[in-house]
Amino acid sequence: MCLAVPFQVKAIEGQHAEVEIGGVSRNVSIALTPDVKVGDYILVHTGYSIGVVDEDEAQETLKLFNELGG
Amino acid sequence: MIKFLDEYRDPELAQRLVKKIRNHALQGLRLMEFCGGHTVAIMKYGLRQVLFPQVELLSGPGCPVCVTANADIDKAIALAKKPEIILTTFGDMLKVPGSYSSLQKVRADGGDVRIVYSAQDALEIAQGNRDKKVVFLGIGFETTAPTIAASILEAKNREIKNYYVLSLHKLCPPVIKALLDSGEIKLDGIILPGHVSAIIGSYPYEFIPRDYGIGGVVAGFEPLDILLTVEMLIVQIENKKPTIEIAYRRGVKPEGNKKAREIMETVFEITEANWRGLGRVPASGLKIKREYQDFDAEASFVLEAIPAKESEGCVCGEILRGVKTPLNCKLFGSYCTPEQPVGPCMVSSEGSCAAYYLYGGENNGR
Amino acid sequence: MDDKILLAHGSGGKLTHDLIKNLLVQELGNPCLNLLDDAASFTLNGRIAFTTDSYVISPLFFPGGDIGMLAVCGTVNDLSMVGAVPKYVSLSFIIEEGFLLDDLKKIISSIHTTAQEAGVEVVTGDTKVVNRGSADKLFINTSGIGIIPDGIEISGSNIKSGDKIILSGPIGDHGITVLCQREGLKFETSLESDCAPLNKLVAEMLEASNKIHALRDPTRGGLASTLNEFAESSKVGITIEEDKIPVRDTVRAACELLGFDPLYVANEGKLVAVVDSQAAEKVLSKMQQNARGTQAAIIGEVVADHPGKVVMKTQFGSSRIISMLAGELLPRIC
Repeated sequence: MCLAVPFQVKAIEGQHAEVEIGGVSRNVSIALTPDVKVGDYILVHTGYSIGVVDEDEAQETLKLFNELGG
Repeated sequence: MIKFLDEYRDPELAQRLVKKIRNHALQGLRLMEFCGGHTVAIMKYGLRQVLFPQVELLSGPGCPVCVTANADIDKAIALAKKPEIILTTFGDMLKVPGSYSSLQKVRADGGDVRIVYSAQDALEIAQGNRDKKVVFLGIGFETTAPTIAASILEAKNREIKNYYVLSLHKLCPPVIKALLDSGEIKLDGIILPGHVSAIIGSYPYEFIPRDYGIGGVVAGFEPLDILLTVEMLIVQIENKKPTIEIAYRRGVKPEGNKKAREIMETVFEITEANWRGLGRVPASGLKIKREYQDFDAEASFVLEAIPAKESEGCVCGEILRGVKTPLNCKLFGSYCTPEQPVGPCMVSSEGSCAAYYLYGGENNGR
Repeated sequence: MDDKILLAHGSGGKLTHDLIKNLLVQELGNPCLNLLDDAASFTLNGRIAFTTDSYVISPLFFPGGDIGMLAVCGTVNDLSMVGAVPKYVSLSFIIEEGFLLDDLKKIISSIHTTAQEAGVEVVTGDTKVVNRGSADKLFINTSGIGIIPDGIEISGSNIKSGDKIILSGPIGDHGITVLCQREGLKFETSLESDCAPLNKLVAEMLEASNKIHALRDPTRGGLASTLNEFAESSKVGITIEEDKIPVRDTVRAACELLGFDPLYVANEGKLVAVVDSQAAEKVLSKMQQNARGTQAAIIGEVVADHPGKVVMKTQFGSSRIISMLAGELLPRIC
């Protein structure tokens, strides 16, 4: 549900982070994911980070697609 | 190239996945996608048509806008009409018709209704308009509720005393249960919500295979994610091993987001909720706790009780339960269009009817 | 002069006269306008094209332009879309009491620069000032007159099956730029409005071929609405290919996060041309040599099937019907 888009964290200040996707930047709240680090990709829903994108799992999933039916 | 989005839209990889799905002997499977975002993605990429007749995809009540009852929309409208209130809302709610009006009409009549992208923006509006009371229309499932809870905590911290929330939040697992209990539609599996699960994890869905003997897979929102989910469900059905799995592994962990849930549970408590199409479902909504009642619009404003009424001929309720499709509705496309919606399923871009209307190709709508 | 516009500036007396002389004529002056007669008079030979438009955009100033630039481009472009050479423009202001004079100066300067670029003259105008609250800062109306050269017949109803559809460049820049400036939706981007006069581009296209059947600039409602208008006017079907439509990554990203489809987002410096298939490559090539058309591309064609409907072949390989924009473009959370 709920539109959430993967942004990259560029800077962190307290409970907020400067994030960017494809040239669009915004300040978002990281109250729900206080442990994010600069460089992480996070899922942003309505201006709040709701989770960190697991890059390893992302790669695994892509590998799976490539193997399936291959 | 937008990272973590475009890679999951590769047409060639999709073809391969579709071939794999088609190689299975099973036919005539009925899967329900519960979440409005999935409905839109399925229609946008023509997946319903690609998978039929081997797999029939049904749309369930997963659009928080569509399942908001008229009586609740009427509350929001009543608040927006008050001259001392600035009603802030996500864009989804603007055109949704209540019993007699809509927020869009209230705005045209002079009500201060403002669209925001985030509860953060509503907080800023409250800061900048100290002489007014800013009410945020809180709709959404477990993805959105923690963000609203966080906004209330922030308002408390920053001593923003003119910020209120009208909580119409709803919970997913109870409504999946209510749907399965109604026994109206026979399902072989469920495509589970993606971002709700990022918050609640996959454990809350364990009751589905345990009590109903069907499986569920948590899906992402790109076409490859959805196709992978369908493939995983077919394998479960073939092996007669219904279980809960996560296909959207880059976004969802089985344990979900604990911090988000803590914040949600600090501010909200579970209550009965009124769902369009399903009526009253116990323990399926969120209410602001007593200790935060200073931020609760229901506790802070007096609203006259006007009896809600449903629109004649509107079958949004049955569409939300997956019993009818938009094409079965007599009003679809004639009296009920995105420009002149009768029910929320047509207004909300996540609504089944809007999705069928916008994206329905020759066979897409079926 | 005061630093704010007062009701008196619109009442026709000395203040009005001073405003017109010192600001408007000073910036925009030309032999016609300088006479300051009640009406402009001039001689024109040929088939006349005439258009009018009003501009109520908010905010007034945005990255890449302002309401003044928009006002000139809008009218110049409307004339160009019927193949006319734009000549003269009228300029009417409705100003809200209290409007900052400095802002008015900036806007008039912008009008001047844009008119120069387009090669048109502002020959007549009007200024009214209304009470605070009766207008949202500034409204502008422009009307424009142009001459259509002989042999040019461009109309949405001239489209034929087999014609190619050419888009002059990436879509969505203007709409997203302006939206991101609004309260409640603030995002930072390096995006700018694509607002630009297109008459010189059109003139070059017509040099390349006179087999251009229809032209339109996809403003409000976006590319999708324009194509639907064409399909309806000529009772033909249109098919387009998603992967041929240029869209900047930033526009795509903004659309993803707000829940928009770039096909419905407004443009102010783009055009859609429907061209005879024999002439398409030649016209495309000419467009790509103009600064306003470097990313021009053939995005689809006109077909006899599904008359009145626009069908898009998605990047994914499936087909879907693209309908007109219904109501406003609203951001969503779901």
